[in-house]
Amino acid sequence: MMDELRDLYQEVILDHGRNPRNFRHPEDANRHAHGANPMCGDQLVVYLKLGATGLVEDVAFQGKGCAISMASASLMTEIVVGKTEAQAHALFHAFHQLVSQDAPPEVPAELEEDFDRLQALAGVREFPVRVKCATLAWHTLEAAVNGEDEISTE
Amino acid sequence: MSLNIAKIRADFPILSRQVHGCPLVFLDSAASAQKPHPVLETMREFQETEYANIHRGAYWLSQVATERFEAARGKARAFLNAAKDKEIIFTRNATESINLIAASYGRAFLFAGDEVVITELEHHSNIVPWQMLRDEKGIVLKVVPVTDAGEVTVEDFAATLSPKTKLAAFAHVSNALGTILPVKEMTKLAHERGAVVLVDGCQAAPHLPVDVQDIDCDFYAFSGHKVYGPTGIGVLYGREALLKAMPPYQGGGDMISSVSFAKTTWAPLPAKFEAGTPAIAQAVGLGAALDYLSALGWNDVLAHEHDLLAYATDKLMGVEGLSIVGQARDKISVVSFTLDCAHPHDMATILDRSGVAVRAGHHCAQPIMERFGVPATTRASFGVYNTRADADALVAALGRVMEVFRR
Repeated sequence: MMDELRDLYQEVILDHGRNPRNFRHPEDANRHAHGANPMCGDQLVVYLKLGATGLVEDVAFQGKGCAISMASASLMTEIVVGKTEAQAHALFHAFHQLVSQDAPPEVPAELEEDFDRLQALAGVREFPVRVKCATLAWHTLEAAVNGEDEISTE
Repeated sequence: MSLNIAKIRADFPILSRQVHGCPLVFLDSAASAQKPHPVLETMREFQETEYANIHRGAYWLSQVATERFEAARGKARAFLNAAKDKEIIFTRNATESINLIAASYGRAFLFAGDEVVITELEHHSNIVPWQMLRDEKGIVLKVVPVTDAGEVTVEDFAATLSPKTKLAAFAHVSNALGTILPVKEMTKLAHERGAVVLVDGCQAAPHLPVDVQDIDCDFYAFSGHKVYGPTGIGVLYGREALLKAMPPYQGGGDMISSVSFAKTTWAPLPAKFEAGTPAIAQAVGLGAALDYLSALGWNDVLAHEHDLLAYATDKLMGVEGLSIVGQARDKISVVSFTLDCAHPHDMATILDRSGVAVRAGHHCAQPIMERFGVPATTRASFGVYNTRADADALVAALGRVMEVFRR
């Protein structure tokens, strides 16, 4: 029992959960979206500075939630910055596969290194009710990129 | 005489199962209670031997089914000590009971500027229907504040009432905190102002003897699945004179006296509020659940659950970094808490792996979470089948939360 739990709550997850990176509201953000997981009350806002060429120049978030949702948001901001919209989308797609499917995710070669950092959340796969926690920030990022104000995981 | 807990536990088949390789420790009865064998058996037996649609009395089976359904109504009347069977309306659940009042009484008798008073600790089901009515009709919603202990005081309630108050709707017991509200005094105060009173008894009915004539409320709502009965069946008690004056809630079969394209007349009570084929087997199951709970004896149920509350509260207070949210003097056996090192959702995941089922979240009562400055809590709620050992299992499992989060 404790093995699965230790896989879920790895040191890196606890660290990002306690001290989330890019936990701020950038003044020059030109996109943002609000994400909520109504069943457990997790809420966050993802802020994005999207360049003219579709490059993510800055990404940050603020919110409240469980260790999984906060750590996932924090890791996401570190990985997505400097990527294109298309690359961010590909990472989300692969991450979603990682936490919800047994089959190995399809990761474009140039993103493999970044994707490896997301493997810290692979333990979520054993806890289906927590998949929404892990993917909330990514859904919200996607909404911000698409110019939607709000998403809900329900 | 105290409750024979071993016998009670044997009545609930699910309690003997394992979850993640551990014995199930079920501490989420406030969300939905487990069902005892007599309820399951009564429903099975009824559907295997006496089931037919009701109120279509041309054949024997329908007559028998109707009698069983109406007998359940009589049991619900007795359970609430209402004066008449026709004051008992079957609904889907307490949520529908409240919506029925908002839609029928609210639309007919509340007007722009009229005030509806609720409290800060209401479940969403006693907030949202009134907000919908506010948006539709321009009524004003006023909210009685909750104290730091999680109580609603008679003084604060009185101060929120005004000559414009036309309806007061409040919980008998808070689902998130376990607080028991002084509903009798509150009803008296509201009546003095000429307001009608609806009590949401969802969390009270499983834990306290309820007497609607003693409370003197005008409406009282509860759900079958929280009193060890099936889902899909709920009860609305309504004072006969008010129910008579109210328009129907839904239109359809069973609720009419006669129908023509020019004019339709309504059936008498309670059929006027029971359009369509109801949850027949579930009503019969609810009757069995009320029989079961009543047969245990309220004095013994109260003593047992009070002991569990005191024991669990004491044990949990000894857990480092744990804060109990809601410390009212009068509580049912619910303990809502937070832990400084772990979010309720993370806690619930780890507790679940020890077989301990608790609710983590905002408990469909976001305003009261906001009041206490927490986005969510973990809630352990105890029923007649729980034991001190269940509280010990909870505390032991919280130790595992510490192992993971205090590294």
